[in-house]
Amino acid sequence: NNNNTARFDAARRVAIFGGTHGNEMSGVTLVNLWMQNSAEIQRKGLEIKPFITNPKAVEKCVRYVDTDLNRAFTQENLSATGGDELPYEVQRAQEINRMFGPKGSAEAYDVIFDLHNTTSNMGCTLILESSKDAFNLQMMNYIKKAFAPASCLVLLNEHPLLKYSTSRSVAKHPVGMEVGPQPQGVLRSNIFEAMRVILKHALDFISLFNEGMEFPPCTVEVFRVLERMDYPRDANGNIIAMVHPNLQDCDWEPLNPGDPMFQTFDGKTIHYQGSSTVYPTFINEAAYYEKQQAFVTTRRETLAASAISKTTK
Amino acid sequence: MQVDEPVRLPRLSRVAVCGGTHGNELSGVYLVREMLKPENRKEDGGPASLLMLLSNPRAVQQCTRYVDTDLNRCFTHATLNGPASEGAPYEIFRARELNNLLGPKGSRAAVDLICDLHNTTANMGLCFIAYSDCDWVCLHIFRHLQKQMPDTPMRFIHFDVSTKESYSLDSIGKHGFAMEIGPQPHGCVKSNIYTAMREGVQHMRDWVSCFNSGCVFEGGPVDVFTMVKNVDYPRDGETRNITAAIHPRLQDRDFCLLRPGEPLFQTFSGETVKYQGDEALYAFFINECAYYEKGIALSLARKRRVTVPSIHVQTDEEE
Repeated sequence: NNNNTARFDAARRVAIFGGTHGNEMSGVTLVNLWMQNSAEIQRKGLEIKPFITNPKAVEKCVRYVDTDLNRAFTQENLSATGGDELPYEVQRAQEINRMFGPKGSAEAYDVIFDLHNTTSNMGCTLILESSKDAFNLQMMNYIKKAFAPASCLVLLNEHPLLKYSTSRSVAKHPVGMEVGPQPQGVLRSNIFEAMRVILKHALDFISLFNEGMEFPPCTVEVFRVLERMDYPRDANGNIIAMVHPNLQDCDWEPLNPGDPMFQTFDGKTIHYQGSSTVYPTFINEAAYYEKQQAFVTTRRETLAASAISKTTK
Repeated sequence: MQVDEPVRLPRLSRVAVCGGTHGNELSGVYLVREMLKPENRKEDGGPASLLMLLSNPRAVQQCTRYVDTDLNRCFTHATLNGPASEGAPYEIFRARELNNLLGPKGSRAAVDLICDLHNTTANMGLCFIAYSDCDWVCLHIFRHLQKQMPDTPMRFIHFDVSTKESYSLDSIGKHGFAMEIGPQPHGCVKSNIYTAMREGVQHMRDWVSCFNSGCVFEGGPVDVFTMVKNVDYPRDGETRNITAAIHPRLQDRDFCLLRPGEPLFQTFSGETVKYQGDEALYAFFINECAYYEKGIALSLARKRRVTVPSIHVQTDEEE
């Protein structure tokens, strides 16, 4: 039904970001590889730019130097004055916005893939920032089907308070790719290869779309972010418990009211007190201790995406 | 049947448990903090005093391995006794402080036993790491933990380094070992890893109490893994960036026997790099994050069975 087909311009300009967090090694390694030899990522009629977003953090193998680059793309930061006086990552955000944005404008890149790793047992996860982006939903549907029977899940973070200003958000269609578990600073072969494969499927989708393929309406199962759960802390703010062994590594599995959630350092169990079953993820991500997050809760939803095809001139 | 007399060893009057020698190895950090709580500082019941401390508080505060230089390489005699300087790296200054507190290394005043708590990203289970394969105290503690924690994979690793060259914190005590538990990402605490460390330390304390009060510990065999060599990643000639990752068939298989010709690395273009050595050796510290900068992808060891004699504390008449 042509009336309900969403039309998008061909996606001509695509970027692949690695090293947004300098110690998340799959993306750093893949982007460095492709900057040396881009044969693997080339597609006809498509400009694909691999790019290291935070080179100083990559050099030191740390998440960030002054401030988290993947939280830095706020309007306030992007328009801040101060040049060299600004925190390194704010300067980088402005530079990236110039090169790949400006965010929100017609000149911005069509798609940016931002490559991340997590210490959480999340497997392959695609991160979606808008439930209304039919192009992204269709892409994620395509990737999931192409990757099957291996699992690739979709995390939707549209929560007004919990969503954040990512590097990829300068593009019209931002796509986060998160693969774990992998310790920071470590390169695991299986994690690296999985990321490489899902990216290949993503580029294939864009290629097919640009060649004029019409993608019929589809539904996509997503996990929508509900709430951030912090570690229990004492009066001085010190963590007093760890993720419970029953919850550790159980990303995407149901957490029911009354289930074990944390274990104190002297062995007592703290139970989940919510009123309904939730699906936790980002369980025990090392980088989130300082962000007061032990895990996030999600609920399962099915999103509908309209048919899409390329605009014709 | 002839029964050999137990070896007599001096009482272990002063024991130290150290966490946070690397500031992002969190099981030891949280365990020491927990043990330091007033409600947890109970009497052991034996003539032993227990010192608990965070070795590298600045690195702990920043949740980083080290601030200027790796603290656990700063305990050689040369570094400890070198010239004092204003601009010295923080860790050298701190190593000298720890040597004053727990040592001096090599002297009669040194603590009797140091247990230094570590985590690794490698799938090593619980390991003791020691400079000697004939320190009967460490080997007996290891045997005791093996018996008390039969479900925990446990190995004894020996670094054949002389007293003159020994560089780690545990070398300050008259007896010492590192308790290394993995896999755990740095900057993270996993409850099963923390619990294994907590139990291991408790069993060690129980053993020390028992030993000091005159128990005889029967001897027996212990398999010891002696470090032979390290293997680095293949690297790009110019940039020195790694060009391969640990092969998926080797990843997480710490203490497997690696035979000549078996897969070692997988390059980014998918080729397998094979182990070229002449001798089958046991792989460990496979893919430890902190060792990338030290040029170590994995370490290789020989295994041999050591016969540990029975031991008994020296009585007053014998001292």
